[in-house]
Amino acid sequence: MAKPANGTTTIASPPAAEFASGWTYAPAPESVKVQIKPRYTHFINGVWTRATGETFPTLNPATEQTLCEISQATGGDVDKAVAAAGAAQPKWAALAPGERAKYLFRLARRIQERARELSVLETMDSGKPIKESRDVDIPLVAAHFFYHAGWADKLAYAFPGRTPRPVGVCGQIIPWNFPLLMAAWKLAPALACGNCVVLKPAETTPLTALRLAEIIEECDFPPGVVNVITGDGRTGATLASHPGVHKVAFTGSTEVGKKIAAATAGSGKRLTLELGGKSPHIIFEDASLDQAIEGIIAGIYFNQGEVCCAGSRLFVQESILDDVTSRLRRRLSTLRVGDPLDKNTDVGAVNSRAQLDTIRNYLRLGADEGATLHECGTAPLPAKGFWCRPSFFTGVQPSHTIAREEIFGPVLSVLSFRTPDEAVARANNTPYGLAAGVWTDKGGKIFDIARKLKAGVVWCNTYNKFDPASPFGGYKESGFGREGGLHGLRAYVDF
Amino acid sequence: MLRSPTVDAVMAQERAASFTKRSIKSSAKLAGLRLALSMLDLTTLEGKDSPEKARALCRKGLHPFERDEAMLGERLPSVAAICVYPALVAACREILAGTGVNIASVATGFPSGQYPLSVRLDDVRKAVGDGADEIDMVINRGAFLAGRYDEIAQEIREVKRACRRPDGVFAHLKVILETGELETLDNVRRASDIAIRAMAEVDAEAGIDAPGTPDFIKTSTGKVQPAATMPVTLVMLEAIRDWYLETGRLVGMKPAGGIRTAKQALHYLVMVKETMNLDVPGFEHVAGNPWLTPHYFRFGASTLCNDILRQIAWLKTGRYQAGYDFSEA
Repeated sequence: MAKPANGTTTIASPPAAEFASGWTYAPAPESVKVQIKPRYTHFINGVWTRATGETFPTLNPATEQTLCEISQATGGDVDKAVAAAGAAQPKWAALAPGERAKYLFRLARRIQERARELSVLETMDSGKPIKESRDVDIPLVAAHFFYHAGWADKLAYAFPGRTPRPVGVCGQIIPWNFPLLMAAWKLAPALACGNCVVLKPAETTPLTALRLAEIIEECDFPPGVVNVITGDGRTGATLASHPGVHKVAFTGSTEVGKKIAAATAGSGKRLTLELGGKSPHIIFEDASLDQAIEGIIAGIYFNQGEVCCAGSRLFVQESILDDVTSRLRRRLSTLRVGDPLDKNTDVGAVNSRAQLDTIRNYLRLGADEGATLHECGTAPLPAKGFWCRPSFFTGVQPSHTIAREEIFGPVLSVLSFRTPDEAVARANNTPYGLAAGVWTDKGGKIFDIARKLKAGVVWCNTYNKFDPASPFGGYKESGFGREGGLHGLRAYVDF
Repeated sequence: MLRSPTVDAVMAQERAASFTKRSIKSSAKLAGLRLALSMLDLTTLEGKDSPEKARALCRKGLHPFERDEAMLGERLPSVAAICVYPALVAACREILAGTGVNIASVATGFPSGQYPLSVRLDDVRKAVGDGADEIDMVINRGAFLAGRYDEIAQEIREVKRACRRPDGVFAHLKVILETGELETLDNVRRASDIAIRAMAEVDAEAGIDAPGTPDFIKTSTGKVQPAATMPVTLVMLEAIRDWYLETGRLVGMKPAGGIRTAKQALHYLVMVKETMNLDVPGFEHVAGNPWLTPHYFRFGASTLCNDILRQIAWLKTGRYQAGYDFSEA
């Protein structure tokens, strides 16, 4: 048998022509189609309001097409919703806790049954990849309702020796990055503790909250227990300062959070805020590098970087800076940016034109201040839609704007450090304190560093792990109060 | 002593699982299945194997689906190699000589390797002398777990030297780590690094420059559970990748045992595509990824073959064929 020199063998079948581009994946579009009405109204006191008044469109950020028209809630709508919640409150609070649990369990099961529909809807409205809405967002939504359903009749055990009572009417204002998941984080503990709720989803992503209202209707919740009103910041401001609201829960930007804190100050309203972040990753030379890279990728490019706890500052021990940078570049080149409804998409569309402009502004600023930008891939992006290639900056100094301000996009700033103390000092040198990641194979070092980091969540050799039983929340300008777990219940009970 | 990078098992498992989430459809699926077929080391390693069984397997490997042109309108590729015990190499040679399908022989006291080194080396020389193109050796796991890493490296070098034919050309060596017995991913990485370096040292002795003889590292004998898994294969691929980046030398990868379905094979190919994107010069026809060719990636399997054929037939005809529509070997 003819053998060429060392190096090759003759193998009968050369690879197919499809491999010239490295085995291109064929399109794999999600096939489930969802029904969207042309216009949505508010869900108040168990019924959908009449379609009158001002509306605004909600877009699919991947196509810029209008999905449907959404109603702008007026002061009158907010009044009605708060009044409905207030009226429902005594009965809901007086319901046997086991009965409240039944409603929540029913809701959780129904969410699981309609998971695919909710995933598609979430992806269409927010731009996030279907892979994430299907495998992360919606399963966690159901998990939160299941978890808190379990607490409903065990609150006395959560706070031994005390008698937990509901706070009252909760005004809950949620962001556009995890629309349904944030709704679940807010609704589940409030309802489990016997409160009634007025929920306001973000104006760019109201569809899944409205669909959730339909499911709540389907589950036969008593009227007024959950009310969903839609609108922009004006609606949120009216709701937060409404005298009939006893507790305000807000997730969103630090800027708006400060306004809400000012508006509610002295009113006797309870307040929890989950705000921005500029979370650090610290990677030591003794880390398992390939796996650390995975965590860093997941930390910053998950949901297009539109994550409050995104690991947006990477501190690398100087001895491995070049190695980590080249690994990062290689790994980044495998990320697939594009149609969020394609099952193989890793990075979808940015949520809105405004957010894209913000991100682009930071990209410009970073380059102007002297950092070097590395972008992922050269494949053309769709002509329509709000797209931003995942990227990272090297040569970033702690004083650079991109190392200090929250970008809320798929942009990582790579910095260096020399000693553990320097790493901790640099990581804590921020007005924020939401999350942090530590990467080292050395157990003792992990515990030492984790203890010194000023952040609400510290992930060790992993990142972005969420569980309903685990409290989440921040330090400093990242807000106060916790969501999830035993700690999360505290915000929704009085003694 | 060799310092190997550490591996975090939790994140490595998570990464490996992420490849199974890729959705491979239509044209990509068909191309992937054809490629997987061409990457097969179609294997029989039973005590009851006979020359007739080996010959049947060779026929199957040469022409995996005899009705391909009639039913599918295309000639499907042959497999890469037929993998047998040393005693059956001569029988395979009757059929495979000159066909382009290689003869791979396990050797070195497969599967345990618990024999004196001289016996293991004779085993290799005999198989090479009978015409084996590729030798699948087992490492001395006892020595590895006892921390005698230099001994492992020395034995691999000896075996590789024994793979040299009188004409000076090396039969390609595949070093089986038997990862199921190494247990941890840190051990898998260390054993991979030892094997890769030892093989390259012998290439260097023989004056063979980069990219070197296309030798392989291989997960398993198939006689120990667990055999090939995605996390183990990922860690081995990372060792191969790092070695290429350091030296420009190319080493092949062979997961073996436990890969029974076409879908699993596609998951492995996704892992290869997304881990080995190294822009290797000379491999522009596969976008610079040599591991997307049978020269550097193989599946050690037996039942996988007919499942791939069944899926190809389904893709091309829209109908599933019965199991008995595909010949056994």
